[in-house]
Amino acid sequence: MASVQTEAKPIVDESKALGWLRQMMLIRRFEERAEMLYQKGNKIGGFFHQYSGQEPVAVGSIGVLREDDWVITAYRDHGHALALGMTARAGMAELLGKVTGCSRGKGGSMHFFDAEKGMMGGHAIVGSHIPLAAGFAFASKYRGEDRVALCYLGDGAINQGSVHEALNMAALWKLPVIYIVENNLYAMGTSLVRSSSHQDLTIRCATPYGIPGHRINGNDVELMAKTTLEAVDHARAGEGPSFIEAMTYRYKGHSISDPGKYRMRDELDSYIKKDPIVVYETLLKQRGWIDDDAIEAMHEEVKAEIEEAIEFAEKSENPPLEAVYEDITVAPFISQE
Amino acid sequence: MSAFSYREALNQAMTEEMDRDDRVFLMGEEVAEYDGAYKVSQGMLKRFGPRRVIDTPISEEGFAGIGIGAAMVGLRPIIEFMTFSFSLVAIDQIVNNAANVRYMSGGQFAVPIVFRGSSGMAGCLGATHSHRLEAWYAQIPGLTVVMPATPADAKGLLKTAIRSDDPVIFIEHEVLYHEKGDIPDGDHTVPFGKAEVRRPGKDVSLITYSRSLKPTLAAAEELAAQGVDAEVIDLRSIRPLDLDTLIQSVVKTHRAVIVEEDWPYCGLGAGISDRITREVFDELDAPILRVASADAPIPYNKQLEASMLPSVPRILAAVNDVVYR
Ligand SMILES: Cc1ncc(C[n+]2csc(CCOP(=O)(O)OP(=O)(O)O)c2C)c(N)n1
Repeated sequence: MASVQTEAKPIVDESKALGWLRQMMLIRRFEERAEMLYQKGNKIGGFFHQYSGQEPVAVGSIGVLREDDWVITAYRDHGHALALGMTARAGMAELLGKVTGCSRGKGGSMHFFDAEKGMMGGHAIVGSHIPLAAGFAFASKYRGEDRVALCYLGDGAINQGSVHEALNMAALWKLPVIYIVENNLYAMGTSLVRSSSHQDLTIRCATPYGIPGHRINGNDVELMAKTTLEAVDHARAGEGPSFIEAMTYRYKGHSISDPGKYRMRDELDSYIKKDPIVVYETLLKQRGWIDDDAIEAMHEEVKAEIEEAIEFAEKSENPPLEAVYEDITVAPFISQE
Repeated sequence: MSAFSYREALNQAMTEEMDRDDRVFLMGEEVAEYDGAYKVSQGMLKRFGPRRVIDTPISEEGFAGIGIGAAMVGLRPIIEFMTFSFSLVAIDQIVNNAANVRYMSGGQFAVPIVFRGSSGMAGCLGATHSHRLEAWYAQIPGLTVVMPATPADAKGLLKTAIRSDDPVIFIEHEVLYHEKGDIPDGDHTVPFGKAEVRRPGKDVSLITYSRSLKPTLAAAEELAAQGVDAEVIDLRSIRPLDLDTLIQSVVKTHRAVIVEEDWPYCGLGAGISDRITREVFDELDAPILRVASADAPIPYNKQLEASMLPSVPRILAAVNDVVYR
C-alpha cells in the first residue's frame, strides 16, 4: 500500500500537478517498451540505462525551469529529455538509430540531445559534462542574462575531479548553475559506502564550497520542485550555485546487461512498495484532483502515445551512409584520409 | 595446449602472476565485487582478497596516479580501465608521470605498471565509448604498447607486461573477449617487439593487429582463391615495433597494406608506413596503402558504424590497388 509522503500543502496548481504525473508515467512507459524492443527485436543497440524509479527527480526539478534554461545530464538521460518535453517519437527513433531521432541516429541511448528544448545532452563519460554546465552558467552571467543551468549527476560521478573543479569555480564566480546529484546509492555495482569517504554528499560537495546544500527525498516530486525553485531563485538573483542531493533509487540494474545482484531483493522491494508514481497518484486523489478512472485513462493515453512513437520510429529511415561524414565540422569537412 | 577464451587468458595471466609475486595487485572500477565490467577479473577477489583486488571510485586520474606512485616505490600494479576511452581522464598521469619519471629522474625510478582494459568499436556505443587510442599512446617515449589478437597472445603478453619494469599500455578489444583459441600449457609468455606471421605469402604483405586480424585473414583467403598470395603479419607489439619482420616481408612481397582500426590521419599506419618506406623504398613496387576506420567520430547507427571499420571488401580493394589489378 502506497503511502503519502509529501506535505499536504500543494505548491502547484492542479493542471501542473496532473502534467507532472503524466510525464512520470510517460517516462516509465517509454522505458518499459524500449526494454522490450531491446530484448525482443534486437532493434536497439549498445548500452541502455534505465531511469525507472527516479522519475520524480527529473520531472520535479525540470518542472520549475523556464523554457530558455539549460539541462545537461549523464548517460541515464531518457527521463530528463522527456521531462523537458522532448517527444517520445524523437527518443524512440534515436534508440532505433533512425535519422528522425533526437541526435539523428548518431548518439543513441546515452547521447540524447535536443537543442530546441535546451536539452544539452546525455553524456557518457562519467564526470565530463559537469564543467559544461558551469560553462552554460558562465555564458548566462557573461551576457547579463538570468538563465540557469541544471546539471544532473550520479553519486558515483561525485568522485571525479571535474566535479570539484567545477564546483569551486562556480562558487568562486557565483555562476547560476544547480547541481543535482541523483543519489541512487549505487554506481554500477559499487555502493556509496564503498566509494565515498563520507556518505552525506552534501557535506562533501556543498559545505566546502560555501554554497547552499539540500539533501532531500528525490522521490517526492513536489519537494523536488520546491527545492529546485529555491535554488533557481538563488541563481537568478545572482547568488551563485546550489547543490541538491536527491535521494532516490533505480529499479533496474545499472544497464540492461546488469542483473543487479549486488543488491538485496528486500531493498528493491521496499522501494517498489513506495513507487513514486503510485504515491503521487494517491496524493492527487486525496486532493480530489484525479480519480481512479481518470488515472486509468491517463495510463491508456500514455501507452497510445508510446505505441505511436514506436510506429513512427520503426517507419523512419536509417541515416544515409554519407552521414558518417556529416556534422564533423561546421565548415565543409575536409577529410584527412 | 588447451582452448580458452581471450577473457580467460587474461584472467589466467593475472592470476598466475599474482600467485608468483605478492607485489602485483589489481585495481580499478568494478574489478573486485562485480568481477570486472567485462568479467576479466572473475573470481580474483575470492582468490586474492580485497588487499590485492581493489575496487575504486570512478576516479581515473586518481587511481592511475596512485598506481604510478605505488610502482615508483616497488609495487607492480595492474590498473584496469573499464575502457580505454576513460583513460583520457587519466592521460596526464600516464603521459606526464608514468612515461617520464624514469627519464626525468635520470633512471633513479622505474614505473613497473600495467594499464589494461578494453577498447575499440563494440557495437552501437557511440562516439565516446568506441575510441581506439593506440596511436596516441604509441607516440609517447617511455610507454610500451601491446595489442593482442588471440587468447595465447593475450595471456603471454600480459604476463610479460606484468613482469616488465616499464609502464605498459595493454589494449584489449571488446569484441575479442569471447574468442577462443589454444594456449600453450605452463608459464606461457610472449616477448615484446616480436610480430607474428599468421599466414605466409609472397605477393603482398598485410600488416595488422588486434581485432582487424580476423577480417585481414579472411581477405587473405579470398585473395588466395583469386590467385594472390598474401602474407598476414600480426604486430602484437605496437611499440616497440618489430620492424625486422615487416622489412623481411616487404623485401619478399614488394607490396604492403596496413589494416588498422584507428583513425587514418596521424594514425598508427602512418608511422609504420613511414618506417618501411625509409628503410626499403627501393623494394616497393607500389605505395603502401592503409585501411583504417573512417576519418570521423563513431556514429551510433549500426549500418553507419559498420561502414567505417576495416572490412574484407575494403581490404580487398586496397590490395587490388597495390597489385595493380
Ligand atoms: C570516466 C568514466 N569512467 C567509467 C565509466 C563507466 N561507468 C559508466 S556509468 C558508471 C557508474 C556511474 O554511477 P553514478 O554516477 O552513480 O550514476 P548512476 O548510474 O547511478 O545514474 C561507470 C563506472 C564511464 N562511463 N566514464
